Amino acid sequence: MSFVSTKRMTLFDYVNYTLLGLFSLLCVLPFIYVFSVSFTDPQAYVPFKFYFFPEKWSLAAYEYVLSTNAYINALKSTVFITVVGTAIGIAVSFTFAYALTKKFLPGRNFMLGIVIFALLFHAGILPNYLLVKEFGLLNSHWSLIWMGLTNSWSMILIKSFLDSLPAELEDAAKIDGCTDFSVFWRIIIPLSMPAIAAFTLFFAVQHWNTYFNALIYLSDSSKWTLQVFVKSLVIDSDSNSQIVGADSWLVPQETIRMASIILAMAPILVVYPFLQKYFAKGVMLGSIKG
Amino acid sequence: MRSVTAASGGVAPVAVAKPPSLLRRMWRYKWLYLLALPGFAYFLVFKIVPMWGLVLAFMDYNPYAKLWDSEWIGLKNFQDLFVGEKFYIMLRNTLAINILALIFMFPVPILLALMLNEVRHEIFKRINQSIVYLPHFLSWVVVASLTFFLLSADIGVVNKILVSLGYESKTFLTNPDYFWFIITVQNIWKEAGWGTIIFLAALASVDPQLYEAAVMDGASRFRQIWHITLPAIRSTIIVLLILRLGNMADVGFEQILLMMNPLVISVAEVFDTYAYNVGILRGQITFGVAVGMFKGVVGLVLVLISNYIVKRMGHDGIY
Repeated sequence: MSFVSTKRMTLFDYVNYTLLGLFSLLCVLPFIYVFSVSFTDPQAYVPFKFYFFPEKWSLAAYEYVLSTNAYINALKSTVFITVVGTAIGIAVSFTFAYALTKKFLPGRNFMLGIVIFALLFHAGILPNYLLVKEFGLLNSHWSLIWMGLTNSWSMILIKSFLDSLPAELEDAAKIDGCTDFSVFWRIIIPLSMPAIAAFTLFFAVQHWNTYFNALIYLSDSSKWTLQVFVKSLVIDSDSNSQIVGADSWLVPQETIRMASIILAMAPILVVYPFLQKYFAKGVMLGSIKG
Repeated sequence: MRSVTAASGGVAPVAVAKPPSLLRRMWRYKWLYLLALPGFAYFLVFKIVPMWGLVLAFMDYNPYAKLWDSEWIGLKNFQDLFVGEKFYIMLRNTLAINILALIFMFPVPILLALMLNEVRHEIFKRINQSIVYLPHFLSWVVVASLTFFLLSADIGVVNKILVSLGYESKTFLTNPDYFWFIITVQNIWKEAGWGTIIFLAALASVDPQLYEAAVMDGASRFRQIWHITLPAIRSTIIVLLILRLGNMADVGFEQILLMMNPLVISVAEVFDTYAYNVGILRGQITFGVAVGMFKGVVGLVLVLISNYIVKRMGHDGIY
């Protein structure tokens, strides 16, 4: 205890705190800038100037973005994919992972082998694209839901979490005459709540953030997700990515572009402070070997 | 307990000594199979079935015939890939980006974890952790957008500062000299904080008495880190390093795609972006499949080797 109570700050501590503070500052500075510009009055905005806070507050940029059909459509699509994809993904992953924890189950090693093989070898972009095409899912939001439903790595983490749960409760329930299904439903699910919370967040973030799948599977711009929308608004309209002599289409004002970025990450920024501890716990689930 | 279930399962009286048949055993676990079914079917259909598509790598693409009726041409797609100048460019870019990540990216989470571990105020530590984990949850689209606002020639903050100091504005994003550097910094910004979690978890299990004893012996903070903290995470570092080496075929595909533009293509093109460009944008499907398959096979071999080494050293591998 004597160690903990010596809170006297030494030079070492001051240097350490300063460096950590600087790193954190580097992490938040881009947000502060984008945030400030997005709330700055478009009329008062001076291009060659750095903003730490809006000198003249305005919601004009947000009003504009929120009034466009393109944004509202993209938001609806993204919410649909995220909610449905996460719900199905969690259900499918936890039921399958539970069966995989049963070493005595005939065929279990084969099923686990399939999961691990999928972890080690990827067919690549085109075979996946062709699969989506064969299923007639091009331009359907279900392509994104199915292709991002779950993955081998999450399966392995969830399985090792379930492995770490005490077996005694299950055995007792079996003796009382519970079927494997009711054991799963009444005992495993309640015990797994921390893991379910963590993976719900992981899957949701993943669906929300998916860009490439949306880019190749959804060619119809009315089906676009937020990430594709933001990309087209922010990056494609930048002169850097336009080849010289590109058409003179209207470059959206910076305030609008920045507002759209803030809106694209808003849900994550809003829930993050409250759920941060679940995120961090989720990563370590796999390290608890039963 | 299991024998109780077997007896109540209606096995004939003589069968007590005889093991139940496979089908009967499987029937007993019907609920478990039912639970496994959706997930297993998902993996079969969406992860394994696409691998049939790999046979296309050995076919010639004929836009006028049905894709699957294309003519067999053996390894010609791969020969074309290997003799092309593009192949060496992609190989170089993949290696360069990975080696830069290994040198500059890999040590950062370790350093950050060591520094966070030395923080004596729980609140300061927690706030710092919250902040440095955050970028991990942002999409590459958002990270790329932030980079544009920072470095773009016409609206980038860095150029605003340069201009206000009387310098010319610079074209960071279209200059091949800066591309790998930007990719590496983006990676550090996005993932370094998140990467500390695994080290901090390993450090949480260190016995505080070790530090107390070291203080008694008059060990400085650096010596405490060197003799107590670092040894506690040494095996984690080694395992992660080897697994990282096993991922040398991979580069952040979405990231590269977003940061790529025609002027930096010579330093940006990697196997995945090429497969996408050739296969989907230009419609040479079979050649695109071959490019992706080459990368997949190399990746598989590297992962198997690194996992084998990790297991030989007595650690848990990735499977």
